[in-house]
Amino acid sequence: MTTTPAVQAIDETTAQRGRPPLNVVYEWITTVDHKKIGLMYIVYALIFLVVAGFEAILIRIQLAVPNNHFVSPQVFNQLFTMHGTTMVFFMGMPLLFGIGNYLIPIMIGARDMAFPRLNAFSFWISAFAGLLLYFSYLGGSGLYAAGSAPDVGWFAYAPLTAKVFSPGHSTDYWNLSIFLSGVGSIGTALNIVSTILCMRCKGMKMNRLPLLAWLYLVMSGLVFVTISPLTAAQIMLAIDRYLGAHFFDTQAGGSAVLWFHFFWIFGHPEVYVLVLPAFAFVNEIVPVFSRKAIFGYPAMVAASVGIGFISTTVWAHHMFTVGLGPAGNTFFVFSTMVISVPTGIKIFNWLATMWGGRIVFATPMIFCIGFLFQFLVAGLTGIMLGAAPFDWQLGNSYFVVAHFHYVLVGAIVMAVFAAFYYWYPKVTGRMMSETLGKWHFWLFVIGFHLTFDFMHIPGLLGMPRRIYTYEASRGWGTLNLIVGIGALFQAAGVLCLVYNMVRSYYQGEEAGNDPWDAWTLEWATSSPPPSYNFAVEPTVTSARPLWDLKHPEDPDSEYE
Amino acid sequence: MSLFDLCSAAHLDRDRVGVNPTSRGLPCIGADLVAGMVFAPSSTSIFAPAATPARSIFGLSMLVLSVTLAIFLIVGGLLLYVLIRYRQRPEDGNREPPQIYGSNQIELSWTVIPILIVVMLFLTTTRVVLETEAIPKPTSAMDVTVIGHQFWWEYRYPKLGVVTANELHVPISDPAKPTPTYLTMSSADVSHSFWVPRLAGKMDVIPNRVNIMWIDPQETGLFLGQCAQYCGTQHAKMLLRVYVQSSQDFAAWIEQQKRPAQQEFTGNPAAAEGQAVFMHNACINCHTIAGTVATGRFGPDLTHLASRDTIASGPIQNTPENLRKWIDDPSSMKPGSLMPAMHLNNHDLEVITAYLTQLH
Repeated sequence: MTTTPAVQAIDETTAQRGRPPLNVVYEWITTVDHKKIGLMYIVYALIFLVVAGFEAILIRIQLAVPNNHFVSPQVFNQLFTMHGTTMVFFMGMPLLFGIGNYLIPIMIGARDMAFPRLNAFSFWISAFAGLLLYFSYLGGSGLYAAGSAPDVGWFAYAPLTAKVFSPGHSTDYWNLSIFLSGVGSIGTALNIVSTILCMRCKGMKMNRLPLLAWLYLVMSGLVFVTISPLTAAQIMLAIDRYLGAHFFDTQAGGSAVLWFHFFWIFGHPEVYVLVLPAFAFVNEIVPVFSRKAIFGYPAMVAASVGIGFISTTVWAHHMFTVGLGPAGNTFFVFSTMVISVPTGIKIFNWLATMWGGRIVFATPMIFCIGFLFQFLVAGLTGIMLGAAPFDWQLGNSYFVVAHFHYVLVGAIVMAVFAAFYYWYPKVTGRMMSETLGKWHFWLFVIGFHLTFDFMHIPGLLGMPRRIYTYEASRGWGTLNLIVGIGALFQAAGVLCLVYNMVRSYYQGEEAGNDPWDAWTLEWATSSPPPSYNFAVEPTVTSARPLWDLKHPEDPDSEYE
Repeated sequence: MSLFDLCSAAHLDRDRVGVNPTSRGLPCIGADLVAGMVFAPSSTSIFAPAATPARSIFGLSMLVLSVTLAIFLIVGGLLLYVLIRYRQRPEDGNREPPQIYGSNQIELSWTVIPILIVVMLFLTTTRVVLETEAIPKPTSAMDVTVIGHQFWWEYRYPKLGVVTANELHVPISDPAKPTPTYLTMSSADVSHSFWVPRLAGKMDVIPNRVNIMWIDPQETGLFLGQCAQYCGTQHAKMLLRVYVQSSQDFAAWIEQQKRPAQQEFTGNPAAAEGQAVFMHNACINCHTIAGTVATGRFGPDLTHLASRDTIASGPIQNTPENLRKWIDDPSSMKPGSLMPAMHLNNHDLEVITAYLTQLH
């Protein structure tokens, strides 16, 4: 039988009463509370989401009609570089780290992360890295011109980054901010791994760990494997640029392909670093709104760990057009296609969880359904790209752009939205509006499909990515206009979300501890949780402690 | 949605290239409607192959599309069924449904079946990779050296003694007696990628590395493409033009391109003066005009500039007005182009244009 902490034994009221505003700021800046750091991560990521989203809209305006002169080629190249870099390093990772930071200790019954000070350090160094990247708009080109952001693309292919092709300091800002953000990511990943391995409450064996924590464990392991080569490559690039080394300097015998390898050894597992937390949210939300236990918990864990390992062997499918030769190409075709097997297992398990359930179409659940559908499509276009010869046509075309936005927006962002609606009541103590949530969902889904379904086609018709304009005779105009219109729908959807979050904070219905009738430990404490999370360390006897509590006649622990 | 559109793309192309048995069996319900609304006929569609490498990719893509479409319909259909069948109904009340924790048999089945599909796709893909990358080069093949530059293409025909830029001419290849063209590719500066979708998949053009690809175009005409690897400011206007010619036309073109540039301009004093201005300016540091003192290699070879349809690597028609405007200030037409504005006076611009338009 599970025991949960029913009492809030620690009185914090005197500490919280009547503080002047400056003290509140001081408290947030110096905090080592995982929940506050998590929220700062999330807010910081959302600010960058707005910035990089705005950059995307400028890109779409420029491409909406052929031969457009809305922005210059130089500005366009900066826009897509900053959009990509920001979304991956300063939106995606911080947002997912933030949600993990907030939830993991509560879900495993701990009072904080294993290393609270490291946690604060990681956040602030990542925040500094983001500011450094955007400071390039003011300080970028140094002596050469007044201000210019990096324009080498988010994968910054050598030797375009060499001093001779990229003079000034814009590339240095990119180089250093990625390096610093990597330091922060490694710190947080280390913290997550230590927390999950060492801080679990009584009775929470690894086979009772919430799947969210399992996926963050695999994700953090991947961060070690992927960020390290990226950081190494940044150091090599800095040495090339300032100390006269020739790692990537092709004019002096260096190798451009070496950079491609370094970058994609980071770059592909990075996709899984971003998508595993999305799986994590879906793993928590789908069972609750289907009113059933997750189907095949051990298979889900095995598939996640499998994805983690296989994802480190697939990087060169980004390099099918580099001329690796038939042996290299076929190896990476195989590893790439094999990764669809554990991914497929996950989709089937989610379907089986819903099968025979009683599906409640609350806002978090409909976002998860959107996730399932779009992730399926993204996986299938991934198989097309994994067939190397097909990739010789599709690689670096708009088809690829559509494919990875299907993963990043259609799957990951949708899952993050689901997480917002699901855990917002826990964080603020208030419910979000279901009506506005549904407006958000439909506007966003319609916009998403207008943008990213139609974005595949110009790629099939020969449109490469990263071109600032194109000729009318190529016949890509109408399609790009539709793509641009979709972006506006998505922006309107996100506005609904922002309004909903702000409005609900003041006017939302009181949520109570457990508004969704859910089963994991975060719903056992108050909303919002007190700074110490649990007054008494909980004890669990199954993977669904609150189910056991609510159904003493039929607890999960009897089936272990 | 995207899968649906792929069908219609295939449909369009069948009309253009004639009968294509591979795409015939696909369900293309309403595809013509979508095609009519969404598609302008494209000269760069990957579904209109005109050479063997593009054609074998087309065949593979149809197989992969059919398999993924089938998976999409099955799994998407299941998802839809589950959502409708197991949605919450008012009569359900608050009773929890039976809790089911999993089943090893079921897990095994949805592990093994995907593995079989993966193995099938892998073997088929491997066959196409080998067909394209691992076949011996025929002795009848022609060699062209392709050199990528920020933001233009240099083409050299080493065995034929021809150097040209931006407009690649190759002979048609009869499947019975193939005369493929082998492109040996490298870059003078940063990475580029050679992509002419109707002829072959793309191959990256990387500095300090040599890549080889081949094409055997089976119809004459102009095939378009463009650089497919981001290479700097003017990546967008680094276009590719491949002229596939009958063997007679190609031989005539080679004969003409082999000749050194015209140097006597009797009866055309403007051209003669333009030649002198050209040779006394920095033009010769970057451009070659065969037979003259202009031997620069940083910019395109201009020996037979007037025989080309376009300038500036494709985006600008080669007319005297455009040429004059280009020489006056390249950045006004292609911002970021590495050719500097030479600040020539109007007279010099006139005569240089007169000279260059004579370089047939």
